[in-house]
Amino acid sequence: MFTFWLSVVVLVLVGAALIYALVRFRSRPSDKGIPKQVHGSVLIEAIWTTLPVIIIIMIAIPTVRAIFETESRFEPTEDDIVVNVMGHQWWWSFEYPDLGIVTANELRFPVDRRLVLNVDSADVLHSFWVPRLGGKIDLIPGQDNRLWLNSNEVGEFYGHCAELCLGAHAYMRFRVFADTPEDFDAWAEAFQQAQVPELAAQAPAAPAQSELVQQGEALFAQKGCIACHNVSGYLTEGVRTGTPNYPDLTNFGLRETVAAAVMANTPENLAAWLSDPQAIKPGNYMPTLWAADDPNREEEIAAVAAYLLSLGVTDPESGEDLAMGGAN
Amino acid sequence: MASASASAPGLLGRPTGTRGISSWITTVDHKRLGILYLVTSFIFLLAGSIEAGLIRAQLALPEQQLVSPDFFNQLFTMHGLTMVFLAIMPMGIGLANYFVPLGIGARDLAFPRLNSFGYWIYALSGIMIYTSIFLGGAPDVGWVAYAPLTSLSANPGNGVDFYMIGLAINGIGTLVTAMNLIVTIVNFRAPGMTYMRMPLFAWMMFITSFLIIFAFPPLTIALVQIVFDRSFNFVFYVTQAGGMPILWQHLFWIFGHPEVYIIILPAFGVISEIIPTFSRKPLFGYPIMVLSGIFIGFMGFAVWSHHMFTTGLGPVANAVFSITSFIIGIPTGIKVFNWIATLWGGHIRFTVSLMYAIAFLVTFVLGGITGIMVAVAPFDQQVHDTYFVVAHFHYVMGGGALLTFLGAAHYWIPKMSGRMLSERLGKWAFWFLVPGFHIIFFPQHLMGLVGMPRRIQTYEANIGLDFFNLASSIGAGVMGIGLVLFLITLVQGLLRGKPAGDDPWDGRTLEWATTSPPPAYGFHVVPKILDRDPLWVLKHPEMLEGGHYQGDLAAEAADDEEFESFHMPGASWMPFMTALSIVMGGYGVLYQNWFLALLALALLIFFVFAWAFEGLGGEHYTVRKATGEIVSVEGGH
Amino acid sequence: MSQATALGHAEHKPPYRSSKLPDVKLLMWVFLASDCMMFGAMIGTYLVYKGRSLVGPYPLDLFDIPLTTVSTFVLLMSSFLMVLALDALRKDKISQFRLWTTGVIVFGTIFLGFQVFEFSHFMELGLYQKTNLFGSSFYMLTGTHGIHVAVGVLWLIALVVASYIRPTASKDAVYLDIAALYWHFVDIVWIVIFTVVYLVDFV
Repeated sequence: MFTFWLSVVVLVLVGAALIYALVRFRSRPSDKGIPKQVHGSVLIEAIWTTLPVIIIIMIAIPTVRAIFETESRFEPTEDDIVVNVMGHQWWWSFEYPDLGIVTANELRFPVDRRLVLNVDSADVLHSFWVPRLGGKIDLIPGQDNRLWLNSNEVGEFYGHCAELCLGAHAYMRFRVFADTPEDFDAWAEAFQQAQVPELAAQAPAAPAQSELVQQGEALFAQKGCIACHNVSGYLTEGVRTGTPNYPDLTNFGLRETVAAAVMANTPENLAAWLSDPQAIKPGNYMPTLWAADDPNREEEIAAVAAYLLSLGVTDPESGEDLAMGGAN
Repeated sequence: MASASASAPGLLGRPTGTRGISSWITTVDHKRLGILYLVTSFIFLLAGSIEAGLIRAQLALPEQQLVSPDFFNQLFTMHGLTMVFLAIMPMGIGLANYFVPLGIGARDLAFPRLNSFGYWIYALSGIMIYTSIFLGGAPDVGWVAYAPLTSLSANPGNGVDFYMIGLAINGIGTLVTAMNLIVTIVNFRAPGMTYMRMPLFAWMMFITSFLIIFAFPPLTIALVQIVFDRSFNFVFYVTQAGGMPILWQHLFWIFGHPEVYIIILPAFGVISEIIPTFSRKPLFGYPIMVLSGIFIGFMGFAVWSHHMFTTGLGPVANAVFSITSFIIGIPTGIKVFNWIATLWGGHIRFTVSLMYAIAFLVTFVLGGITGIMVAVAPFDQQVHDTYFVVAHFHYVMGGGALLTFLGAAHYWIPKMSGRMLSERLGKWAFWFLVPGFHIIFFPQHLMGLVGMPRRIQTYEANIGLDFFNLASSIGAGVMGIGLVLFLITLVQGLLRGKPAGDDPWDGRTLEWATTSPPPAYGFHVVPKILDRDPLWVLKHPEMLEGGHYQGDLAAEAADDEEFESFHMPGASWMPFMTALSIVMGGYGVLYQNWFLALLALALLIFFVFAWAFEGLGGEHYTVRKATGEIVSVEGGH
Repeated sequence: MSQATALGHAEHKPPYRSSKLPDVKLLMWVFLASDCMMFGAMIGTYLVYKGRSLVGPYPLDLFDIPLTTVSTFVLLMSSFLMVLALDALRKDKISQFRLWTTGVIVFGTIFLGFQVFEFSHFMELGLYQKTNLFGSSFYMLTGTHGIHVAVGVLWLIALVVASYIRPTASKDAVYLDIAALYWHFVDIVWIVIFTVVYLVDFV
């Protein structure tokens, strides 16, 4: 802010000098001959060289200080939440190595802890940016970059890829949630229940699912979704489906957005996405799974959507789930 | 007493016609080549403006799909490529071509055929890049083409190859012209024209030429590395082999940052001609203006990683480059102060040229201030790759260079064509162009601060971006009208403008001491050069007594031979044919058609030898100095 | 008209220049400055990628320092012959100029022969441009240098041949002077490459 106001002062002074000169010295019919042919003045040059140097020094000192404060390499402490971010065309993989969580496109952390992000890319350059929380860091394949963030307040923060990655770059968005510590613990537990084999074996049995959800669960394999996507617990405990090249859909029902934060996670939007991914996010790698003339299309899409929205939600009636501590 | 050219007859001879298309293809006259550069760059400016118009149309409303993401990526890539390499930089070079020799009292550039070659490489490579649109799609990787977006796996189409090969060829032209300008400025200054008496525009072109010499080779190497990766299985930027994308960024920006000074220094030179002329005072602080230009040129090579603050270079590198980027703001600011001081105390005439110069001052200062802001690395980490940066560089390059060159048109077209542009029409164009420019780009600062990244084909509605984008797009319409009005001003002036005479502005420098347009040989007689602003001191000799004059008047006036004898260069097909062979070879490499490539190489070697051995051509003139009368003209041999 | 004739048609005074450097020589110096940056970028790339190849063969597996030392010596000697050639031309000793220049051509060609041998030997041992970062950066750097040598050789051949076709004398020395400058530059670049690429690994 200091630099900004200093800039405003400089602008006003220079602008005033210019305007004054233009008004005062415009040529008038009464002008005789030529004006005094002044070539320069060493003193004036010295003054208006020295002043900017002083201003620059005044800006440079806090700048350098801020650079070292924010960018010095550090080792994460036990209190930090470490997330390994892998950029893909056109989605984000978030893995919490200490907590055994693998998810995509939505990142949560407790507001009282520092978030440490180790970033890398699986293909081309990307850039991780949450404008309201801090600066951005580029995801460069083969290079280990790191960013740390924290938040003063609980809330939902928009993120966007900030480095051209062709195709659906405009749609490569994400969300970061600063949760209360309790909410974060509950969310983390929902993942660990699903993804850590020992815990998954001990998890309480899932409540009875509606028929639509069960139909969707079956279609999830029949339509080939499991070839790309992982849903932990879909197969026997601890066996992953799909590949890391595509978003992990574990606990998808806990997500607030679809398709890398392009739309809110509602049954209608999810159905629209499943029906025609290219219309929503042109160029992305999700195929169109139902032909336009497929007679079962509407029903099957609704089923798969219902199934996905059920993941991670423990009480399908009230819609309660672990992460939201009771309120959906 | 003219006589026929004595050079080799027939197809390989030096042509002598002065009319018709072939005379324009074979011309080596720096004035004709300057006009070719200016016309060609203006056409590319229009192309780039259409691309910009489409971009702003797509972004006027959120979540539009006027153009697909792929086409949008091609639009902004071509817009950047066109504006930087094919429009703005060549405008500066074109003006240099025309007015550096006249300004220093020379009759042409040092190597006239090389000059022609430089132009044709530019024009043909620009056309080559544009053919990509019809040959599989234009490049879509941004004008910076960051690896590994340009790898064969990420981008199999031909677009990237057109970028790499077309730009590599384009760079050859820029390099040779810079070399030509350096030799001209060192060796072809008229007697009495010391370095510190040169017009500031000549100084700025001198510095710019050195920047080109040192900045373009790293770009050429980077481009060739990608061509090799894509065409010949090299692995420079192949991640699986350990290739480092950051190397491309370093090589590109070691070129790319000096490039923006290559664009702006000529504009600084033009402003330094226009403001003194229309204030009727000398440029304030000429030696400091020279020194600050040199310092900017030098520092321009020390700031490149400020484009890479978010790539994880580490705090030491970021701190160093923040500091060097602050430092480069100082000489730039000093220039602004000196221009204001030139206006101060003058008799200011508000011609359209001066209006553009003032618009430059306002716009460039704003751009310079946002420049200091983005030099603060932590701030840049917020606004990098957002519309804030887009606003910054359009302010300095669009507002800085473009507005200046529009002012240069009003200033120098009278000299080039013999006709004045209409002040009235010019003011209409100005009042659409300049406010339109600000309406486009000022909101973009805010768009970036609110969080809108660059190079996105669309954006989410209702997150604070809608109003600014709409306003910016409306501004594009206003500026577009201004551009059309400017075109009308040009056409009207060139066809029916008032006769300009030799010196319509009561000018200070040597180009106003010859006719409008000048004869083929520049000056009938090169005037005596007794001081800086050499024409002005001839008009106001009392200035020489006031202690301004540093030289030896007697010695400099002692060159009192009755006749002046000089050789004017002859036209030639070889530069054009050589350039054509190179571009042909470019297509050969692009399509991996080795027959074509080898044929092009053979033709290249043939035409280079023909160039070397085609004989002197041109004419020897003898002129009676007292009257400017041509006493004899003979063919060269 | 008589005053004009008095100026002479056959001999026009050398035109005024504002410095003492001949135009083409200044042009060559400026060109060499840009060429310096070009080689600098390639050498920089080589150094950045040094030690970062993921698979071999690696430099230590392939370099034959004694052999490369011989070829370096040959190139250095060619520069010496170039000096003799230029001196001869400046003194109007045309046949000596032709002799020494032909010597440069021969030595330059021998150097190129060494390069061709080295490249084919490395390829036999499994180093191609696609093999690893070392292969890409090495071949581009030394290959570009080799092309510079080849262009120089062709240029010198042209100068020698031209001396038979049209009268060549000391007044034309500047054209050999710039070829010599180019040749020495290419030689100096090779010294840098030899040091930075070959020798440094062996120290």
